[in-house]
Formats: sequence, C-alpha cells, structure tokens
Amino acid sequence: MIKHVSESIPPTAFEGHYIGGGAPVIKVHNLCKRFKNITVLRGITEEIEEGEVVVVIGPSGSGKSTFLRCLNLLEIPDAGEVFIDGEQINLPGTDVDKLRQKMGMVFQHFNLFPHLTVRENITLAPVKLKKMTQEQADAKAAELLEIVGLSEKAGVYPSSLSGGQKQRIAIARALAMEPEIMLFDEPTSALDPEMVGEVLDVMKKLAKNGMTMVVVTHEMGFAREVGTRLLFIDEGKVLEKGDPVEVLTNPKHERTIAFLSKVL
Amino acid sequence: MTLLLSAISEKFYKCFIYEDRYKLLLSGIGVTIKVSLLAVVIGILLGFLIALCNLSKKKPLNVIGSLYTNVIRGTPSVTQLMIIYFVIFASINWAKWIIAAIAFGINSGAYVSEIIRAGILSINKGQTEAGRSLGLNSKQTMLYIIIPQAVKNIFPAMGNEFITLIKETAIVGYVGLMDIQKAGDFIKSSTYEAFMPLVGTAVIYFILIRLLTVALSKYEAKLRKSG
Repeated sequence: MIKHVSESIPPTAFEGHYIGGGAPVIKVHNLCKRFKNITVLRGITEEIEEGEVVVVIGPSGSGKSTFLRCLNLLEIPDAGEVFIDGEQINLPGTDVDKLRQKMGMVFQHFNLFPHLTVRENITLAPVKLKKMTQEQADAKAAELLEIVGLSEKAGVYPSSLSGGQKQRIAIARALAMEPEIMLFDEPTSALDPEMVGEVLDVMKKLAKNGMTMVVVTHEMGFAREVGTRLLFIDEGKVLEKGDPVEVLTNPKHERTIAFLSKVL
Repeated sequence: MTLLLSAISEKFYKCFIYEDRYKLLLSGIGVTIKVSLLAVVIGILLGFLIALCNLSKKKPLNVIGSLYTNVIRGTPSVTQLMIIYFVIFASINWAKWIIAAIAFGINSGAYVSEIIRAGILSINKGQTEAGRSLGLNSKQTMLYIIIPQAVKNIFPAMGNEFITLIKETAIVGYVGLMDIQKAGDFIKSSTYEAFMPLVGTAVIYFILIRLLTVALSKYEAKLRKSG
C-alpha cells in the first residue's frame, strides 16, 4: 500500500552523488539552528536508514521539533548539512518543493484545510502538483481513508471531526503524495487521551509496512513497541540513543534518567 | 394641514417632476453605480497586488507597497481625483466616468490592501506549513489554501469598504460628472429649493446602500455556512 520510492522522482534525478541502496535516507551532520539569541540545536549528527522508525524524545524546548523541521526545511539550518537520499538539501538552489514531495509531515495541531472536505484535503496536493489526475487521486483518497478507517468521512468538512479523526486524515493527506519518509511532530500531543490510540494504530500500521519514520513524541509505549531506535535530545544535542527498550529501561545519561523519571 | 401638504406636494412637483428633473437623478444613480462598480474592481485588483507587495520578503516591493498606501492615505480623495483627472489624464480622451473610477479605484486600493493583508495574516501559520510540507510552492499555497480562507474573514471589511467607496464618489461633481449628488445640487440651484433636492439625494444614497448592505449580509451568511 505504501510505496517507498516515489516513481515520479527517482533519486537519481537529483544532481549530485546518490549513494544508492544501504545508504542512509536521512543524514544529518553537525546541524545547528538559532532563533535570535536562543541556540536550539547545537550540532546534531545522525543517520537514518530506510525503513527505520526513529523516535525522538526530550523535554519541551529541547530542540526535537526544530530538528524534525530542519529535515524538510520548514526551518533553515544555520550550520551543518542535511542529506536526503544522499543529496545535500540545505544548499541554495535546492528545489525545496520537490524535496518535500518525498517527505510527508504530520503536525501536532493537524493543520487540515478547513475550507476543503476530507477528500479534497487529501487530493489537493497530488492533483495540483500533477502527480495524479483527479480520478486517480480520488481513488487514492478512498484507499487511504480505508486504511485510516474513515471511509465514511470523505465528504465532510474537518470541523465536524474529532481530534483523533483529524489527525488520521492528516496522515492520509501526507500519504497521498506517496512519500518515502514520514515526519511526525508530536502527533498525539493535542489529542484527548481516549483518541491517542487510534492515531498510534495508524502509525503502527505504517511502520509495519516499512515506512521510514521520524517521530517526535511523548508516547513511550509507541517508542517501545515500534521504534527501531530512540534519540533523547536535550538542550539541542542528542544525549543518548539506542534501542528504545534498552534506553527506556536502562537510561545511562543523568538527564535521560531525570526526564524519564518525570514522564514514565 | 392641507395647506402644508399642498405646499409639500407643490415643492415635490417642482423639484422632481417639472421639466423631468427626476430623470437627472436617475441618470445620476447610473453614474454613481457605474463609477463605484468599476472602482471596486480596480480597488480589489490593486489592493491585492499592494497587499502582496507589503507581505513580500523583498525589500523593494515593501517600499513600493508602503509608499503607495502612505501617499493615498495621507492625501484627500478630492485632491487625488483632481490630480488624476486634470493632470495625469489631462491629455487622454477617455470617458469621464472611467477616469473617475480609476481615481477611486486607486484610492480604494490602498485601503483594500490593508484589509487583504490583515485577512491573509489572520490565517494560522500552520496552514501555510501544511501546504508547503506537501510540496506545494508558495504561490499554490497562497492560491488554494490561504486566499480561500482569507476571503471569508475579509468579506465584512470589504463590504464596508465598498459602502464607503459609494459615498466617496459623491465628489465626482468636481470633475464635471453628473452623479446623484451633482444632480441634486443642480436641481437645488435651478429651483432655489434646498430641502427637497438635498433630502432627496440623501434618501437615494440611503436606499442604495441599504440594498447593498442587505445583499452583502445575505452573501456573508452563505459564505459562513459553507465549511
């Protein structure tokens, strides 16, 4: 159901040194970001391979969301390099829009388009970007709505949906572009507790199908269950990383221990 | 009492019926509507362009935008009308009402641009981010996501601007156009009656604007309902 490589944009279509299979799909080297006087990221170096589900945790203000937003250039890094499919993206002249078509993003506050129906929310981008005809996109939307369990909501406006439903639609909308990578920015933080499960279930399905995912979250259960790797970020640095179960049960860094004692 | 009534009806006859004076007012209504409609269209187009200039990240465009808004807002509309009619279009032989509409459109554009700018800024940043993260470029995001939502927020203020504009056109007599105001004024000077022609003028403007207000609020209610 989920294609890993978008057919319309083979990685080799980008100029530069595509490394090919086995190479990390996301590579970040010494990533730094500042907002005015506040340094948010202080040199993050990380590699993420195809099919990995990397869970990023950390206290609020630690820079984890900024790290995620640097990956699709919603934030422009001040220093360091970001490579997607072996291609450095934070260079002038990068086709940001082409890049983002390969990377779906899901936001904390859903950001569905309130003036469009659920179906239109899903089909807008693939149709306007000429990736699909309206008919193909409608078929795709139906297929995705089935996966997220909201087929009956195709014709309604987002205002009539619950938070959990909105977020599942937001996931479907991102998947409609058939991305290689999915970025999740605290996808369940704005939800009522009883709706968290339905969103996590969709994300688990995605992970099982081999989608490369980077998930900023506070859901330790999700990290434990589907995460292939966990990063603990604090004060703009990766302080600890490794197998999620290992890190969550045996944290080594004192800050990780302190953080986990508060959230677990 | 009968005396008073007959005096009023006599004055009414003298001001509006005698020598077909009501026809002057009718054609005045036509002029007012023509000028206002064209001016609104020009105002919206210009206002949109100026709003984009003001919202742009490019410095020169910001300068153009703020210069435009400041000059227009800082000078009386009569002065602008006269400059455009007697100076800028002095040697161009276009219909008077078109030149007047251009002048009012340029004037309205400055106010409309601020309305549009505020409307666009009122849309949550997350909407832009969602659009851009899907791979839409900034123009597509503006066109398919931001503007359709902004229109709803902008609509009431736009309606007000349209109403203000209609009343503003009452100065077109300065460049020799016979609109409602000028027609009333003309009747006033030819009959030596002040009350009837001037109150008549006021009533006509009032009815025009009432009709427009009702139509606008009906349309607004319809807009609110959808989505």
